[in-house]
Amino acid sequence: MEAPPFFKHGPSPLARFAFFAFLSLVLMALDAHQNTLNTLRQILSVAVAPLQRLANAPAEMIGRTGGFFVTQAHMQNENAALVQRQLLLSAQLQRMQAMQAENAYLRRMLGVQQQRGERMVAAEIVYAGRDPFSQKIIVDKGSNHNVKAGQPAIDDVGVVGQVTRVYPFSSEITLLIDKDQALPVEIVRNGARAIAFGHGQDGTLELPFMAANADIQNGDILVTSGIDGVYPAGLPVAVVSKIERNSAFAKITCVPSAGVSRHKQLLILIGEPRQPALAGQAGMNEADGGKAGASHPRRN
Amino acid sequence: MNSARAPELLKPASMRFILLTLGLGLLFNLLPWSGLVLSFRPDFVALTLLFWAIREPRKTGMGIAWIMGLLMDMADGAILGQHALAYTLAVYAAIVLHRRIQRFTLWQQALHVLLLLLLLQAAMLLSRLFAGAAFPGLGLFLSCLTGAALWPPLSLLLQLPQRGRPDPDSVYSAGQK
Repeated sequence: MEAPPFFKHGPSPLARFAFFAFLSLVLMALDAHQNTLNTLRQILSVAVAPLQRLANAPAEMIGRTGGFFVTQAHMQNENAALVQRQLLLSAQLQRMQAMQAENAYLRRMLGVQQQRGERMVAAEIVYAGRDPFSQKIIVDKGSNHNVKAGQPAIDDVGVVGQVTRVYPFSSEITLLIDKDQALPVEIVRNGARAIAFGHGQDGTLELPFMAANADIQNGDILVTSGIDGVYPAGLPVAVVSKIERNSAFAKITCVPSAGVSRHKQLLILIGEPRQPALAGQAGMNEADGGKAGASHPRRN
Repeated sequence: MNSARAPELLKPASMRFILLTLGLGLLFNLLPWSGLVLSFRPDFVALTLLFWAIREPRKTGMGIAWIMGLLMDMADGAILGQHALAYTLAVYAAIVLHRRIQRFTLWQQALHVLLLLLLLQAAMLLSRLFAGAAFPGLGLFLSCLTGAALWPPLSLLLQLPQRGRPDPDSVYSAGQK
């Protein structure tokens, strides 16, 4: 016998819950392990992006109004400092251009692959990621500005992280300190190679797989080695802050050079990533110092 | 607090109003919170969903909760399905308990809501731990406390449009005023 319409409520709450829970679990499994949900993300981003812009508007307006009332003395001071810095940098740039020309010449003579110049795009941080489980930031440049997933992001002192997801007008950058981030580094002092892993919450990096007697000291500077073909060589990454040599492997903690809390701007390197160097060329790369040799004196 | 009071009779909320409040909740979540404030920020979407699940369990349900969860996943850059699962679970619990919760005063309701929010946060934590994230510390649950504290004012606010003119013939309003 059929129930009168008044009593019809559709499936029971438990059945509905089971349905949606199952759907969520399927989504999570798909999203965590492969990149199959990009279309769904794009669709959702269309819904969320305007709301996000609306939510950011008040803070931006306050910032702009605040900027309007900056005192003239402050502006003059800042201007003077910037002019000085500009002079300093242009002097350095001139030297660097000479060195680049020389480097290109030497490389041609050695028959080593040319290093391409990097094109970059300046991006502004829209907001720091709200997800407490990962270390991410969202910036205001996306696929419409040639940003692609996998490109490195830097600030004025070093590597910040890597673009992991791209939307038309924004993209998500996973910071170096995220637990899932790894990048190949080398020690400036002796050229030793290592891989730095993010440590998650406390904002540090780790160098696992280094022998307890490895030649590494507190204060050693780590730069990108460039052998991954993603990050150009010679960008500062971190400074070694603590070494424990208790077991077979040393426990090495490093503090990242770049910081995202200081500035609102960063640069995304949108030049084509270099192809990973071949085994034979890697040795030669090391022999002539690569790009790192140009800016950092190295022990020979 | 007059806990023996009969539940106030309210006009049914319109679907449009419910969706509007959920959109506003999402907007509040998207405000540029950061740092310590962020860990104290109550989840406005979750609170609004719970409110409507308790108040109007026939009109809202797990479908809306699931979609709002997906939008939150997208906005937070989390794994798709994380918020969706947690919201669905919390709303399911709220729908099952809604007759019981409605009988209590707002502050007693807040205690129930605290439990629901803890359940919600625990679901998110578990799903992320299974996906391979590190445990970010117990600070994760701070937002549940502020969320529960926000329950009474939020309820009053969301009930405002459903309060009609006091009916002179009504027994309840005559007894109260």
